Order: sequence, then structure tokens, then C-alpha cells
Amino acid sequence: MDLLPQLLVNGIISGTLLAIPAIGFTAIFAVLRFPNFSVASHATIGAFAGYAANVWLGLPAAPALIAAFLVAALVGLVSDEVALKPLRPYGALTAAIASIALTIVLENMVRFGFGNDLRGYDLPLVRDWRIAGVRVGPQQVQNFALALGIMAAVFAALKFTRIGKAMRAVADNPTLAELKGIDPVWVGRLTVFMAMGLVGAGGMLLGLGTSIDPLTGFRFILPIFAAAVVGGLGSIPGAALGAMVVGVGEELSILVLSPSYKSAVGFIAIILVLAFRPRGLLGERAY
Amino acid sequence: MLSYLLATLTFAGVYALLALGLNVIWGMAGMINLGLAGFFALGAYASALATVALGLPILLGLLIAIAVAALSGGLLSRLTLNLRGDYLAIVTLGFGEVIRLIAANEIWLTNGSDGIPGIPGPFRGALTPLQFNALSCALLLLAVALAWLMTERLRRSPYGRALRAIRDDETAAAVAGKPVRLYKVQAFAIGAGLLGLAGAAYAHFTSCVAPDIFRPLLTIYIFLALTAGGTGNTSGAVLGAFLVIVILEGSRFIEPMLHGMTGAQGAALREIIIGTALIVVMRIRPEGLLAERPPKPVSAP
Repeated sequence: MDLLPQLLVNGIISGTLLAIPAIGFTAIFAVLRFPNFSVASHATIGAFAGYAANVWLGLPAAPALIAAFLVAALVGLVSDEVALKPLRPYGALTAAIASIALTIVLENMVRFGFGNDLRGYDLPLVRDWRIAGVRVGPQQVQNFALALGIMAAVFAALKFTRIGKAMRAVADNPTLAELKGIDPVWVGRLTVFMAMGLVGAGGMLLGLGTSIDPLTGFRFILPIFAAAVVGGLGSIPGAALGAMVVGVGEELSILVLSPSYKSAVGFIAIILVLAFRPRGLLGERAY
Repeated sequence: MLSYLLATLTFAGVYALLALGLNVIWGMAGMINLGLAGFFALGAYASALATVALGLPILLGLLIAIAVAALSGGLLSRLTLNLRGDYLAIVTLGFGEVIRLIAANEIWLTNGSDGIPGIPGPFRGALTPLQFNALSCALLLLAVALAWLMTERLRRSPYGRALRAIRDDETAAAVAGKPVRLYKVQAFAIGAGLLGLAGAAYAHFTSCVAPDIFRPLLTIYIFLALTAGGTGNTSGAVLGAFLVIVILEGSRFIEPMLHGMTGAQGAALREIIIGTALIVVMRIRPEGLLAERPPKPVSAP
């Protein structure tokens, strides 16, 4: 049996899922100009909020995803207001350090409430489909469709809504945007809300395939950063493209590396891009 | 009890070495390093392998640990030299994770998640455990004193002044003719060398290294130590390291008083406290307990 088509399909699906949190990470970088490492804990929070909606309330995966988005978005907004925003004037690196501390705090709050056990979502068991020798699960296809839908909504919102235009304006030139009457504080808040919501939804989408625990988000940070850096830090289409490169790269790496090094592929991708094309594939422009 | 105190003091020494290393990188040169745990692990494994697998003397193991950590630090900082500091943040964080992956998976080299046991300590066989703890404690405090002396001299030297200039305004430093790129890579390598030394000292003291020890949490502990003590202040780094150990060990005694908590909850609570403490300190006293005092008086900014 030929392995390659299967790996490519797996890679494209996981790359699409990865794009959701990567877009969140890069959007915050574009507007607020600092790498917010607390995406790790927000992905975990989204995964657990989705778990609560799915297992405790008995909702199917798609509505549970909305819960994942909303809870992560709210926690993201509140924690940013309390912990990170006051530190941003001290510089991007100070805010980055604080965001790691924040991730530790939030992740351990999840651990305090849920413990270290692995938890699985309550999903209907269905037989995998076989199409031309490639196996795909209906759940995978559903996740893929959901991720594509979210991505389409994000791009449409950025392109056509006032809020989206304001975000792009601030990302492009904060001073000019302010002169035009755009309030950078509110754009910052909206960005954090939307971005952390995406990260939470992405955490759940990535968790649906396996089981989740408080470290779920942290396990995905390397591929998330890699997607953002490969595409060009701060570029939203770049994050989507970068996620695809990293997702497919991780799957193809199985051909040459032991599977336990899958998440190291992200790091290798970062190193290669920084060495040869430091601004990323699409450059640093937000959109 | 005495043995416990000595062991705690030894750990404080390890943390102080880490804080001194980070102080060179972040405090003096203003470069970020979120992969502290990776350099610490690199030093620990390098020295462990050199002494256990190759049978080299401990002193040589320490030197190898310093060299390996410094070299990889230099390479990583060289890679992101032309980019904003954010990239170094991402690269170092990724580096820490990859080192942990390698330590957990290259079983032929590192024995995987079981770790490397039986790392020799100085005169471990000839001493009682208490005597060994006393000796390690003394040796580590000596190492901290040496590292303090050397980084303090570095700070006061023209080289340290140039690093501060680069930290505060890279362009101005370059215009003044300072070799900015070279100095940044050097400073990162020097700091990373100290981090590697801390890892090696840890390995020889505890006699065992395993991938579990090198969690990213360590990075937060040391940033808390340096920020609370005083970023850029050599004595502050040491003071902060001892402070963090007091918080960590102190919370161990409080834990049994809170009834009805599982072990995982207790550990989670401790980490919540540490993370919150770092954010609070950055917020209300960003200069730390001992503020940085430039060796020569300069006009207020």
C-alpha cells in the first residue's frame, strides 16, 4: 500500500486545524506587537470548555466548539486586561515573559479543577471511510469542514466588516489609524477576544482527535509558532499557509523520523525559515 | 533536618547560577531566553554523559557542559541576530522543548524517560550523605561566589558598559562603533555557559538526570528570581534565587495545612502562586528589590 497519499491527506487536515490557533497567535502579534505565549493555556481552556459542553451537557461537537470559542475568548480578554495590558508599555519582551507566567497560572487552574487525567470527548463511533485507498474518519472530515468554515468567516470579517478593517489598519500603522479616529485600545480588546476565541476553538479541534489534559495546549505551541513564523509573523494568510506547511511536514516526517519527533518538525521549520527567509513566506504584512 | 537545609541551600545555589546566567543575557544585554530549561538540561546531560559514559573526571564534565551550552547559545542567538527580539523568544522556547524531546526519545544516548542514574559526585563514596551534602553545598556556594565575581567584573568592565548601551539603544551603540552583533552573540554564549554549568552542578549533586526535570516552569522560576531580585543587578540575581527557593520550599510546609487537596492540586496551587508572583512583581516593582545601579553615575533617564 502506498503511504504517501494517506500522509498528505492527514497533513492537510491537521494543517487546516492548526491554522485556527495559528491565526489567533499571529493576529495578536500583528495588532499588539508581542508574541503572546499564553495561547498554550487558552488552547487548553478551549479544549476543556468544549469537553464540558460535549460530555457534561451532551452537546455535539459543533455547538461545543462555540462554547470553546466563547470561554477561551472571555478568559483571554479578562486575563489580558488584568495581567498583560499593563505590562505592554514596558516592551514586547516584558509582555512575552508575562504571557508565559500567565500560561502557567491558567494551565494550573485547569489542572486544579480537572486534575491530570486524560479525558476523551464523547463522540459517536463511526467506521472510517476508505476513498481510493486513503482512510479518513467522518469526524476528521467534520473537523476539517468546521475549520475551513471558521477560516472563511475570519477572512470575510477582516475584509468586509468595520471591525476587521479597523484591525488591519491598526496592524498596518497604529499612529495613522489613531489619527483616523480608530481607538487602538478597543481594537486591541476585540483582537484579543477574537484571537483567543480562535485559539480556544483550535485547541478543541486539535483535541477532538486524541484525548486532552492540562498540557494539551502546551504540546501544540511548537507547531503553532512554527506556522506563524513560517508564514511570516503577523501575517494572517501567512499563518494559514504556514500551518499547512507544518501540518504536511509533520506527517511526511514520519517517512524519515521517528513519530515521537513529529512536534520537532515545527522547530526545524522555524530554523530553516529564519536561516533562509527570515520574514516568512508571505512577509509580515497583516493581510 | 540539617541535611534537608543543606540540600535546599544547594538547590538555591543552582538557581543562583541560573539567575546569574540569565542576568548576563537578559539583564545586561537585553536579549530574551525562554529556553533556560533547555540549556540547563544540555549542561546536565553533557556532564552526565561525559562522566558516566566516557568516565571523564567531574571537572572536565563541567567544562564540557559549559562549552556545549555556550556553543548552542551562540548559534541560536546568531540565527536571530537580524530580527526583532520576538523571534529569539520563539526560537529559545522551541529549543527548550526540542531538547526535552531528544532527552526523552534518544534512549540509546539518554536512557529516555528513565534518565541517567549513578552520576558521580565529588567524593560521594567516601563520605556519609550528610557530609556529601555539606561538601556539595560548600562547592556550589563557592561556584556562585565565583560566578558572581566574574559577572560583576564583566558588568563593570567597558564590555559590560557596551552591553548596556546595546540593550538600551542598539542603533546608538552601533553608531558609537561598538561591534553590536559580535557582543550580542558573545553575551548570549557567556550566559548560556553559566546555565549549562548550573545543569552540570545539579546533575552531579542529585546523581540522576531525567527529562521530567526540565519543564518550562524552570524558566519562570528563574525569571521570577531575576525580576524580583533586580534585573541587571548581579547581587539581585543571587538574592532573587534564594527568595524563590524560600517561596517554593515554604509553600511545601503550608500545603498540609490546607485540607482536602490532592497532590496534583497542591502542586497546581504552588505553580499558580509562582506565576502570579512574577506578573505582580513585574507590575508593581519592575526594577526588583535591588535596582540596577550603573557603575558610573549617569544622569537620570
